[in-house]
Amino acid sequence: MAAQEVKDAELRVDGVAKRYGAVVALGGVSLSVAAGEFLTILGPSGSGKTTLLKVVAGFEFPDAGRVTVGGADITDVSPAKRNIGMVFQNYALFPHMSVARNIAFPLQMRGVPRSEIERRVIQAMALVELRGYGERLPSQLSGGQQQRVALARAVVFDPTLLLLDEPFGALDRKLRESMQLEVRRLQRRLGLTTVFITHDQEEALVLSDRIAVMDGGVIRQIGAPDEIYDRPADAFVAQFIGESNLLVGEIAAPDRVLLDGGTSVTVHGLGGGRGRVRLLVRPEKMAIDSATNRFTGTVVEAVYLGEAHKLRVRVAEGVELMVRGHHAVPAGASVTVGFAPGDAHVIRGAG
Amino acid sequence: MTPADRARRRAAGGAIALSVPAMLLLLALFAAPLLRLLALSVAGGSLVAYERALTNELYLRVFFETFKIAAIVTLLTLALGYPVAYVMATSGRAWQLVGIAFVLLPFWTSILVRTYAWMVMLGRNGVVNRTLIGWGVIDSPLPLLNNLAGVLIGMVHVLLPYMILPVFNAVKNVDPNLVLAAVGLGAPRWRAFLRITLPLTMNGVVAGVTLVFTLSLGFFITPALLGGGRVVMVANLIEEQVRELLNWAFAGALSAILLALTLAAFWGISHIARTRSA
Amino acid sequence: MRRLRPGRLLLVGVASLVYLFLQLPLLIVFPISFSSAQYLQFPPPGWSLQWYERYLNSPNWLTPTWLSLKVAVATTVLSLLLGVPLAFGLTRARFWGRDAIEKLSMAPIIVPTIVLSIALYGLFAKLRLIGVWYGIAVSHTLLALPFVVALVVAGLRDFDVNQELAALGLGASRWRAVWHVTLPQIRPSLVSAAFLAFISSFDELVVAMFLGGANMTLPKKMFDNIRMEIDPTIAAISALQIVLVSALLALAARFGRGGGMPGR
Repeated sequence: MAAQEVKDAELRVDGVAKRYGAVVALGGVSLSVAAGEFLTILGPSGSGKTTLLKVVAGFEFPDAGRVTVGGADITDVSPAKRNIGMVFQNYALFPHMSVARNIAFPLQMRGVPRSEIERRVIQAMALVELRGYGERLPSQLSGGQQQRVALARAVVFDPTLLLLDEPFGALDRKLRESMQLEVRRLQRRLGLTTVFITHDQEEALVLSDRIAVMDGGVIRQIGAPDEIYDRPADAFVAQFIGESNLLVGEIAAPDRVLLDGGTSVTVHGLGGGRGRVRLLVRPEKMAIDSATNRFTGTVVEAVYLGEAHKLRVRVAEGVELMVRGHHAVPAGASVTVGFAPGDAHVIRGAG
Repeated sequence: MTPADRARRRAAGGAIALSVPAMLLLLALFAAPLLRLLALSVAGGSLVAYERALTNELYLRVFFETFKIAAIVTLLTLALGYPVAYVMATSGRAWQLVGIAFVLLPFWTSILVRTYAWMVMLGRNGVVNRTLIGWGVIDSPLPLLNNLAGVLIGMVHVLLPYMILPVFNAVKNVDPNLVLAAVGLGAPRWRAFLRITLPLTMNGVVAGVTLVFTLSLGFFITPALLGGGRVVMVANLIEEQVRELLNWAFAGALSAILLALTLAAFWGISHIARTRSA
Repeated sequence: MRRLRPGRLLLVGVASLVYLFLQLPLLIVFPISFSSAQYLQFPPPGWSLQWYERYLNSPNWLTPTWLSLKVAVATTVLSLLLGVPLAFGLTRARFWGRDAIEKLSMAPIIVPTIVLSIALYGLFAKLRLIGVWYGIAVSHTLLALPFVVALVVAGLRDFDVNQELAALGLGASRWRAVWHVTLPQIRPSLVSAAFLAFISSFDELVVAMFLGGANMTLPKKMFDNIRMEIDPTIAAISALQIVLVSALLALAARFGRGGGMPGR
């Protein structure tokens, strides 16, 4: 059963599980990617994200669950018949073939006539801005150029889905940023449903329509970037994405939390009830001139970032707060920082 | 069955299918003939042939001689081969390539060609004797052909590459900085070699010794041509039994014993090496 | 610039002598093959091509040569056809019995050739297959198989499997992925394996001796000839063989490399 050759294809993963011996790589993962959407799977090494991608691509087969594309069940289908374009971490370009032949390969495998192959290869090279590079060998290209050949090869045959496995890991920062923009631009232009894997949360925030945060073989949270950033579902997500201050304490009143250190803070959105909570306050929400929830302490470290200043303030024994703002405060100085009641994100549950 | 199981099955099935043709060949032409030979050696359920092989003094002498030759050849190839491998491995890249080429060339040359050349050279009027007499080193020609000396020379020549190549690899893998460090700490070169390089190349030495010894046990052509009938190794004995005497049971017994000795030598040497290095 | 210490000098001296020892027979063969004397004489009194003529004009010598060539080519083809798929099977999947199969494919190396030869002789004699060239070829294939498998397995271990996966993902069937992507890149291993199979068959004596019967291969004819007399014709044949091996080695070196260019 081959995947439908329809451009508008939705990817659904239902309860996919996979183990290697005693190690559980995927513990019942479900998600769906709308047609044309760019979903990033974000997680640390060993979180299972690459395994999930391999299951979708067909290089691994699950112990349970289903994968459907455009409504068709492809769980058992061989990777050759899935019509999915994939960019590998190390590009996996064929070193003995020229750029043009690399890109032509999937068309050749599909029996596309010679003349049309030529036309489409040229088109694909133009798409990734590698016009005229057809006769070069991969070893003669820079990392960024090889990257683009891999991309061209993955899209030239009009795949239903595009998968990218941490493709920018080997590139330097500037190149990475420009490639990120290029991939997004390309994806929008072709309207391809895309799944992107990375451990770099900044990359995820920049590129995605939605982000799925994975850890230990399960998805912790799926949502739009701002949702993930501002309203993380649990402590792991909170700490994985961006920097955060986590204050732990007990609910004392509908709008008050008694922190473990003894201080009391005013917080909105507690949602009633009792119990332990964790309050997430992003460094940029910490203000030196805050009117509420103030902590006094000493600046342990002050870092100048160009567009902001980052301060680490020790406010109590073993408790440090990260503050990001436009005030230059020297290390060693005494300072008072605080946050507004509405700027704390509440995570219920044990500390 | 889960999709993973199905995939595993498919892969295993494919792999087995790929192995089938080769396996058929091995079973039909390797396992079957050997088993048949073994069956012949115990013709009618008796071990008479084995008894004869292992108790008759004549044949025991042949076994002993074979072992002796194998041991001498191994020692000689080690003594001659190690220096060559060492020099090659510690030379510049260009010399290394030249060195390997000139080890491989005789290696790939037909054993008959090489043995013939030795027959030409070792005769009473051969190159070696003529040259030595011409230089005044000796007065009368040395008997180097049709005896043990000739066989040893021929075998060493054939088996040297088998010793040189593994030792070369082993020496190449020794970090030269280790020796430099030892010398820097005050050790004389020869000591640094004994204490550092040599032990680290033991793996290669063991590989070479194993190869040369086990191959020597089964040698046939060299003793046949350079031994002049005076040097009889087990393989020559086996050939005679089959070709001339058509004594299959006895030949089978000799073969089984030779195979057993070869396997024993193979495992014995690696075992000794492993326990010594432990 | 390396300073030559006396110790090193001595070592290089010894090594050079051993090298000389290794090359001597090969060198000797050439002048003798051009000797104008009627029997073996060294140094040769004069130069002549008579021994080469003797070889190239004699059906007694040429027939075995063709037979050896035929058998060697067949051995090469067959051992690759059997050994390469086996190598893939051993490296691509895990299955019950894989270790046993791997050990069995290496086993012919351990068994002394004489033992294998008489075992095959016994079986073939019973089947009335003595003297047929394909009997020899198939036996030589058996002897070459372990080396072919070992070489190709080593080549596959160095090969980046992701490329095969990428090819699959791009729509190639397993077979097409191997043909277009893997094989071109393990070419050095394939060339070495082919070379090894060819040479080992062409030079092989013991099996051919027993299985050839009246049909002699070149090594067998040479062996008989050497036993009877030291005929300078053999020197000519030997010289030609050495040249052939050198040429093949050079070819293998040239075509062996450049199979897979290391990209990253």
